[in-house]
Amino acid sequence: MSWSHIVFGNLSVDALPLYSAIAATAASVVVLGAVGTFALITVLGKWRYLWSEWFTSVDHKRIGIMYIVIALVMLTRAVIEGVMMRMQQAVALDSPGYLPPDHFAQLFSTHGTIMIFFMAMPFLTGVINYVMPLQIGARDVSFPLLNSISLWLTAAGAVIMMASLCLGKFSTGGWTGYPPYTGIAFNPGVGPDYWIWAVTLGTVGSTLTGINFAVTIYKERAPGMRLMYMPLFCWTALCTSILMIFAMPPLTVATGLLALDRYLGMHFFTNDLGGNMMNYANLLWLFGHPEVYILVLPAFGVYSTVFSTFSSKTLYGYTSLVGATICIAVLSFTVWVHHFFTMGQSADLNAAFGTATMMIGIPTGVKIYDWILTMYRGRIRFTVPLLYALAFLLLFVVGGLSGILLANPAVDYQVHNTLFLVAHFHNMLIPGVLFGMLAAYHFWFPKAFGFRLNETWGRIAFAFWASGFLFAFMPLYALGALGMPRRTQEFFNPAYLPYTIVAAIGGLLILAALASLFIQLGVSISRREETRAFAGDPWNGRTLEWSTSSPPPEYNFAILPRVEGKDAFHRMKEHGEAYLRPDAYEPIEVPRNSAMGPVIGVSGAAVAFGLVWHIWWMACLGLLVIWGAVIARSFVRNTTRVIPASEVEATERRWLDAVSRTQRVTRDDELQPANRGLAVASAT
Amino acid sequence: MMLGLGLALSVGACSSSHDSSFLHPYGEVAFSQRRLFFEIIGWMMIVILPVFVAVPVLAWRYRRTSSRSRYSPDWEFSWPLEILVWGVPVAVVGILTYYIWTLENRLDPYRPIDAEGAPLEVQVVGLDWKWLFIYPEEKIATVGTLALPANRPVHFDITSDTVMQSFFIPALGSQIYAMAGMVTQLNLVADRPGTVRGQNTQFNGLGFQEQKFVVEAMAPQDFDAWVDTVRTTGVPLDGAAWQTLQRKSTPKEARAALGTQEMPPTALYFASVSDAFFNDIVDKYRTPPASASNAAQQQTAEREP
Repeated sequence: MSWSHIVFGNLSVDALPLYSAIAATAASVVVLGAVGTFALITVLGKWRYLWSEWFTSVDHKRIGIMYIVIALVMLTRAVIEGVMMRMQQAVALDSPGYLPPDHFAQLFSTHGTIMIFFMAMPFLTGVINYVMPLQIGARDVSFPLLNSISLWLTAAGAVIMMASLCLGKFSTGGWTGYPPYTGIAFNPGVGPDYWIWAVTLGTVGSTLTGINFAVTIYKERAPGMRLMYMPLFCWTALCTSILMIFAMPPLTVATGLLALDRYLGMHFFTNDLGGNMMNYANLLWLFGHPEVYILVLPAFGVYSTVFSTFSSKTLYGYTSLVGATICIAVLSFTVWVHHFFTMGQSADLNAAFGTATMMIGIPTGVKIYDWILTMYRGRIRFTVPLLYALAFLLLFVVGGLSGILLANPAVDYQVHNTLFLVAHFHNMLIPGVLFGMLAAYHFWFPKAFGFRLNETWGRIAFAFWASGFLFAFMPLYALGALGMPRRTQEFFNPAYLPYTIVAAIGGLLILAALASLFIQLGVSISRREETRAFAGDPWNGRTLEWSTSSPPPEYNFAILPRVEGKDAFHRMKEHGEAYLRPDAYEPIEVPRNSAMGPVIGVSGAAVAFGLVWHIWWMACLGLLVIWGAVIARSFVRNTTRVIPASEVEATERRWLDAVSRTQRVTRDDELQPANRGLAVASAT
Repeated sequence: MMLGLGLALSVGACSSSHDSSFLHPYGEVAFSQRRLFFEIIGWMMIVILPVFVAVPVLAWRYRRTSSRSRYSPDWEFSWPLEILVWGVPVAVVGILTYYIWTLENRLDPYRPIDAEGAPLEVQVVGLDWKWLFIYPEEKIATVGTLALPANRPVHFDITSDTVMQSFFIPALGSQIYAMAGMVTQLNLVADRPGTVRGQNTQFNGLGFQEQKFVVEAMAPQDFDAWVDTVRTTGVPLDGAAWQTLQRKSTPKEARAALGTQEMPPTALYFASVSDAFFNDIVDKYRTPPASASNAAQQQTAEREP
């Protein structure tokens, strides 16, 4: 073994993406972006600030924001990849188009992997992180340091995804990574290894997050907050967390066994020597189907909050919605076989799983009707979050229809693996999850940053997202019914062409939507003085997060709220119990910052990168550092710090003084500069 | 709504014969699937149309700027509505469940087609990036073309000599996976002569998009004539030819390597195929049954129809 192989493993100049101009450009953009960001931070002298205030922070609010930053960065990359694929298919009739098969296959693999593991998961984890502890009246999650470690593991996975753009080629096996195609016999390159380790880092982080959130909801609720008093968003967060705990490990096991096949010549999923890829399909979808609900349940929670808040009305059928959420969570573990009805199992088995699949449609349908009934006899304000919620209702039922079609095995035999399936899950994930996350972003942004987002650009972005979705994915239903397989780089049937062209136009509209989102952020920041809402309650909110200043202090609540029913803050406002000055303040203990998260994240990325390129010293060193850091941490006794009562009092006084100076506004002025975050209690 | 519109358009758009899909069925399986597809859409309208009507109507009627509408901020429950919102989805899912357990079991890919006479046996081997069709009774094989007698059921035994693939002729009916070391089954019938397309739908590498084939449903006498043609023009499927086929190549590339002047430009014909050819491919991936559980595991994809 040569000297350079010991140092660099399989990494060499050949790993640079010089095989295609497009790949080289993308890699350059990533490298320049990273270098530019580093340079900017250095020039501004912000490294120390970022390190001490953000990277090492264990505050659930900071961690939540960092999760969403990761999600938005990764969303940008994956949207561009999606649009590139739509553009390719628009020109691919009897023509190789502009993307070679090799590059196209990497794109659908990275697009799916990123959107699921590094866009949707961080987005919802970020939103839950920020909102859930505030809604249950807690000062932080149960395990703040673990929270930071989860974040950094996810970040490490995202970094590995980005590295795959610059060094070597990513897997061509799709986001599901089915062996034996991804096995060493058919794919000896680094691609599947990149996929395995990026996903493994993400899933380990998510498992830890699930444990953390579930324990937090069980143990940290404010005095008096029974489970059935919790905002519905917290219920969905709880169910999602439980799903994470039970659904993530099967995937970690599946990727782990696939890694053993690839690295140590084992035969779990190979064609020969007793390997059986059907076991992989079962393990993957034992994760994969609950995952769908991990993604969509928090969005359901957001929609529940949005419909109630912007209809100025309590949620219709709270108990029913809680029951439906639990039903969905339980049933989600009973349907995984519907992802491979065509694998040759018995008709009765397929029928049983098809029936279970359709049964999930029942609680989901109930939820849709409950949200509609929440609007009934309300006073609806058409703000951006509500627009997303309305679009969701109309579009999600179309996805529900195609889902019921796919749940019928006999129909699935026809449309499985076609673009019909692609249209279906984008129909669930874009109006379902992404719109929910964007509504959440718009709704809670003023809570996190103290000023509202620009409404006009928000509406423009919404219009582009909704129309872009329709144009990009409705034609895919037709293409799928016409038998066009998914993952097709070139096609030979002229009947497909009109649809692929319309879908490409949809892709461009989605690109415009993404751009509008960033323009909105820029405009909102530059005009932030007009939309300040320090008093904390710009939407006449109903739940406890609105009872704090915006942004909330590090400790969230100076005095833990006492909860006596649902819609706790709404109740406080009605009874004149909001914004009261307590007689005395007490010192508050908060967790100290810790470098554990960044250390484990960086080491985790090093382990993954070392394993991908067979740079064994790097992988060993990374593991050693993680092991050492965990041991070292166990000797740290001084893990909390106390905020003295005087400091709490000063902070609270500053806020309450501001509240008493703030003009109360009615909902007529909700979107006006006059709205400084103090609402007239009644809905008028 | 958009979905229905799209489908209506596509039904209109694809009338030429090779643009085949189950929307233009060529056999009873695909025909039943099309009927089922639209019947399910119809039943689902019971739960979907109310949403399309209620969302815009309620959102507009109860908009904040309208002062005429009633406002009940604390109204949160009603038993009659509750029974309706749970009852209607339960009823619709109940109906569709009945569909699954009765109508759809008839569409089990393993279930033989009801018809007189023995079905034509075809053995399908998935290769990188082409399908090999073996006609064991006729002792011939083809690549790129699958000829079938119209109105005679066809029984397929399917395996893979490489990664997993999915064998699919949309206009005739269902698709089913092809997996190495295992044999899956499919029963289809073409109800009239004509030409449709078949393909692989499971991505299996960089030539995936070219893994298509032509399906020619023929009158019985034409099929017999075709078999004779293959017998006379086909090259032997010997070790050398098989090695060439096993290489990663598109049907076009395989045709260039093995084809002769007498074969049609898009097809490869093989004659004198040995009886054990298909089973040898399947057995290649099977370890000797060291333990009963191991053997049982490998057999799971095989079951009696």
